[in-house]
Amino acid sequence: MAFREYKIGARMFGLALASSMFITLVMPTLDIRSVGSTDIALDKQLAAGRETGFNLDDPFLLGKNKPLKVLLHADPKTNAPLDAPRYVYVFQAGTAFPSGILHPVTLGENQAKLSESQGQISAADKTVGAVFAVAHGAIDGKEYPFIENLTATRGWTPADILQVSKDEDVAHVGAGKTLFVREGCWWCHTLLPEETQDWQVFGAPPALGDFNGESPTAFGSDRKAPDLLHVGSRNSSREWLMMHFFNPRLVQTHSIMPRFDYLWGKTDADGHPIDFDKWRTEYLEYHDGKRVVPPEVPTYAKDSEIRYLIDFILSLK
Amino acid sequence: MFKYLFARAEDVPPGTAAIYFGFSSIVWFVIGTGLGSFNASKLAFPDMVTGNEWFAFGHMRQVHVHAVIFGWISMAFAMAMMYITPALGNTKLWSEKLGVWNCFLWNLGLTLGLTVLWAGMTSGREYSDFPWFIDIYIALCMFLPLATNVWMTIIKRRTQGIYTTNWFFAASTFMVVIVFLVGNAPEFFHLTGLTEGYLTWWFAHNILGLWITPVAAAIAYYTIPKVTGNPLYSHRIGHLHFWSVVVFYSTPAAHHLMSAPLPEWLKSFASVEGVLILVPAIAFVSNLMLTMQGKWYMFVENLEVRFTITGVLMAIPLNMQGGFQQTRAINWYIHGTGWIVAHAHLALLGFSTFLEAAAVYFGLQTIMRRKLYSLTLGNIHFWLLLIGFTIYWVSMTIAGLIQGAGKIYEVPYIDVVIAEHPYMIARWIGGTMVFTGNILWLINMWLTAREGTVVPSGRMPHELAYER
Repeated sequence: MAFREYKIGARMFGLALASSMFITLVMPTLDIRSVGSTDIALDKQLAAGRETGFNLDDPFLLGKNKPLKVLLHADPKTNAPLDAPRYVYVFQAGTAFPSGILHPVTLGENQAKLSESQGQISAADKTVGAVFAVAHGAIDGKEYPFIENLTATRGWTPADILQVSKDEDVAHVGAGKTLFVREGCWWCHTLLPEETQDWQVFGAPPALGDFNGESPTAFGSDRKAPDLLHVGSRNSSREWLMMHFFNPRLVQTHSIMPRFDYLWGKTDADGHPIDFDKWRTEYLEYHDGKRVVPPEVPTYAKDSEIRYLIDFILSLK
Repeated sequence: MFKYLFARAEDVPPGTAAIYFGFSSIVWFVIGTGLGSFNASKLAFPDMVTGNEWFAFGHMRQVHVHAVIFGWISMAFAMAMMYITPALGNTKLWSEKLGVWNCFLWNLGLTLGLTVLWAGMTSGREYSDFPWFIDIYIALCMFLPLATNVWMTIIKRRTQGIYTTNWFFAASTFMVVIVFLVGNAPEFFHLTGLTEGYLTWWFAHNILGLWITPVAAAIAYYTIPKVTGNPLYSHRIGHLHFWSVVVFYSTPAAHHLMSAPLPEWLKSFASVEGVLILVPAIAFVSNLMLTMQGKWYMFVENLEVRFTITGVLMAIPLNMQGGFQQTRAINWYIHGTGWIVAHAHLALLGFSTFLEAAAVYFGLQTIMRRKLYSLTLGNIHFWLLLIGFTIYWVSMTIAGLIQGAGKIYEVPYIDVVIAEHPYMIARWIGGTMVFTGNILWLINMWLTAREGTVVPSGRMPHELAYER
């Protein structure tokens, strides 16, 4: 019996589903594949690293094996000050390289050409680590951004960079984005100003080429809170963010954001244990009008999860 | 359940898999709506339970979504397939033992998957949040055995034709495996950038369009003719429904990203195809409304018919919203607002849940040969679900319109949050009513299994009068 009498139907079904998959999968993928990276896309993938969702390098999403985005003031070899401070992306030994280094084709045709010829990205070796930067070059008189492997072109190693950099110039953007994903910030905060009038409040919507190499894009769908794509340009105060994450009601009475005080970990910047119960009791007294000022928010330790998250938020320019 | 896992195949009584799937689905429904209610309370009262990673909104939101989609809805579907597919083929389920194993593996995998999600191990992709090893498990250990059982039962049927419901079951079980494997490709092969963003929504769209919507409709195509005794009004309109689902529902994935940077042709194409979703919707609703001719008293008197027809009626506003809210003219206003949240609950908690609840009510009574223990509890369940859902939907729709206005008139965001506060409380109350109703349902079905009047052989449960 089987499906014999449904021979035509079964073939029609196969044809319909195959055509629909061709139109909705193959055609868009080919189209998207031809989009060249912008500066923003290169910055995002170099800063965040290969993957900020679940992956075997960091299965519990703790922010392990992620690159560092460093603001460099001086040449690490000669110690001579640079003309202008520049961002470099430090991949210490063992840190997975992002998509654009492993598969330059995802950068876009010209970006890939420049990255391989002038940027020497194919010389980068994960086992010893590498330092990258975004550079600009021209093909046929037109300028394109590309990835420069500074370890190959200048001989700068990750250790060199970290030796000359102060902690305040180092941003744990990749680890921070991992926490952004793990803590579900994107369930309420989008990373996608809409192509309507949003640009007046939340800044310019992203362009087609702003995403190459990013995973997950996590732009969110349900906006219960302000868009964050350009939040670092609107508010660059670490102190404000610190209070806001510890208890959002400290800086915004009507906020419905959850508290993220647990990201502080057990100790503060000086290594003293944080007494959360005492803090909450005092906060409730403040809330009930029994205290004039709220209790002090503990300063986070420099390797705490909240520091990573704030580094990521501030990198969203 | 465990004693049947290793029993000889012929010792597993027919209907065992359906009973386990049925009760599992109700338990997951209680868990899923409980989580939903708790999450909603956090949006209304953010300081209620705090300072604990395990009860943080961002850790629990996706657990709610996946508990209801893969626990409640998909297990209720599996339950319906376990008893409807053989009934329509005038035969037994191909392998009752495979069905029992399927239910066991399903509960196991879902528990594991939700635990890792809760712990924060997420792919960071909405609706495909599960890490890739869970995705592979779901495709191979949950959906593939189900598809095998459904397909083999249909192939081994003892009727000449295949009834409408079984077309949908066969096609959907096949398509859901494909959707799972293709939609999660970014995780399997580390695809990045816009391809990843687009495929995320390709998956989200198709898991709804090629799995939840058609299977829910297929269940109604069985329940209404079976319980009312009227034959389906039109086989031809059923054809129209089936083919237009395959052609129109599988294509508009990009309309979820109308405000995102995607190629413009793709957005325009998706938008046009999205309006054409009205074709299967109208075919489905009109076919079932016309099947009810002469039996409308059962809408009042019979619980299963009432659930099903309520779900079918909800398909009207659902598809009017769905067809038009994704056009650019409307989408720019409501994109990313609570309106969409309301719409998603209209689809899953309104339309689809009411159809599946009827199938679970009817199926458990039929297989266990026990009359529903209490019509009163059933009625309370129905009204708590309907009123709770309506409160939720109305409040979130209004909240969405406020957000939309705030968006285009550039109102400072905190003012939008303040304006939404009453609706967040209403949403929590509505969700809690649904949760309460489901606890009563679980009790009612448990008592049915234990205390329900035995249905005599040759009789259907709905032919007996309710006793309580």
